[in-house]
Amino acid sequence: MTRFNALNLVKNALTGHKNWTEQWPDSQPKTEYDVVIVGAGGHGLGAAYYLAKQHGITNVAVIDKGWLGGGNTGRNTTIIRSNYLYDESARLFDHALDLWQDLSQELNYNVMYSNRGCLMLAHTVHDVQSFKRHVHSNRLNGVDNRWLTPQECKEYCPPINIAPDARYPVMGGALQERAGTARHDAVAWGYARGAAERGVDIIQNCAVTAIRRHPDGSVAGVETEKGFIKAKKVAVSASGHNSMVMETAGVRLPLESTPLQALVSEPVKPIFPCVVMSNAVHAYCSQSDKGELVIGSGTDQYVSYSQRGGLPLIEHTVAAISEVFPIFNRMRMLRKWGGIVDNTPDRSAIIGKTPVQNLYVNCGWGTGGFKATPGAAHTLAWTVAKDEPHPINAPFTLDRFRTGRLIDEAAAAAVAH
Amino acid sequence: MIQIHCPYCGETLPELEFAYAGEAHIVRPESPSEQTDEEWAAFLFLRDNVKGPHFERWRHAHGCGRFFNAVRNTITDRFYITYKAGEPRPDLAKLLEESK
Repeated sequence: MTRFNALNLVKNALTGHKNWTEQWPDSQPKTEYDVVIVGAGGHGLGAAYYLAKQHGITNVAVIDKGWLGGGNTGRNTTIIRSNYLYDESARLFDHALDLWQDLSQELNYNVMYSNRGCLMLAHTVHDVQSFKRHVHSNRLNGVDNRWLTPQECKEYCPPINIAPDARYPVMGGALQERAGTARHDAVAWGYARGAAERGVDIIQNCAVTAIRRHPDGSVAGVETEKGFIKAKKVAVSASGHNSMVMETAGVRLPLESTPLQALVSEPVKPIFPCVVMSNAVHAYCSQSDKGELVIGSGTDQYVSYSQRGGLPLIEHTVAAISEVFPIFNRMRMLRKWGGIVDNTPDRSAIIGKTPVQNLYVNCGWGTGGFKATPGAAHTLAWTVAKDEPHPINAPFTLDRFRTGRLIDEAAAAAVAH
Repeated sequence: MIQIHCPYCGETLPELEFAYAGEAHIVRPESPSEQTDEEWAAFLFLRDNVKGPHFERWRHAHGCGRFFNAVRNTITDRFYITYKAGEPRPDLAKLLEESK
């Protein structure tokens, strides 16, 4: 396929952009693969890319019931950061952040990663103490994060209301400057293109209905709408539907699926320079390059696969945004949507081996999977290729729910993580 | 907004009055000290996560404050029935037939 560079751009411009080659073929399944990955989101496609690129395993299929990048990869608020409290999480998310830095060059595909900074606002004394603890913990782990006074917050992001008589006064903020956003569709497309270039088959509109096992218990392959596909190894990375797919292999996962909603406003001129999160008020917001405010809402409290979500959450979110950024309170919202996220009890992911031989899982990313895409994909590929965990994903086992060695980001982050 | 019927108050009210309380009919082990780690993990963390009719608990948090059970379809979020805590699990086939 044609590489993207200035020369090719000029050449194709002169010929009316009619001669660009296909970015990836729409493959039909072969009868047998070395590795089948269930779920063509950023994580699954990325894992296929790293399997081919770093481990030389190219007889790989990525299978999705819909179109690639059509699930949560295209439904998130595109925020990237790594300011997590616990050592295990900081390592995992900072590994991803390292990979984000030059991902566009790596893939020869512009993922529009923009390290515009992520500012987390503190509104109460407890927030201040907790965020300062985050800042110190992050710095000990080599993760950049620093404390800003209310005035410095205002200078960094002028639309913030720091009036002392505000209902939720800003008492300071934690700023991670390497954090930012990326164009989520391009991440899926870039990985798909890179994987396909190395021989990976991307099979869309083909639901995996079951995982089949040999009599000795190990994985035999996957049943799909287009027939049985034999596979030496299977990796499941199907976000909200992970528990259903894994159940067919006899593996129960500690997951509950809920809709997570987001919304965007009408596009306006550039006004919002960074990502701002306010955990206490539960508002988080950034501005896309198209000019829309991209606003994250919350998860419904109940298990649901509706891909829609409840309206009370949207009302709550918009109220919170108006409170923290009064300047936006007359902006019109353009659209809202939901994605089904799989939540673990400790709100940390599970990446690695399962009780079934040659079956691997990448699940439980809950509300925070997009930022981890390159890191999750990279470590999952490692685990699948070598049948052992990468040092970074080693703590994120399924077994931790039996041993009690939880990575309790639920308690550390309270919300939005 | 979802409307939920509280079987104690006898009223159908907006979801904002209610708090979700997880999967229903999970029974606490009778002799905890005899449970293995696997059994504890299953009791604490493993849930059915059903796509379809789901047995679940709710609490009328801003009303009578009591817990009750419900059957709701997790694809449409439609409630088939709510019933008092302690009542037996309703027959699902019959419920689905009645709600057609």
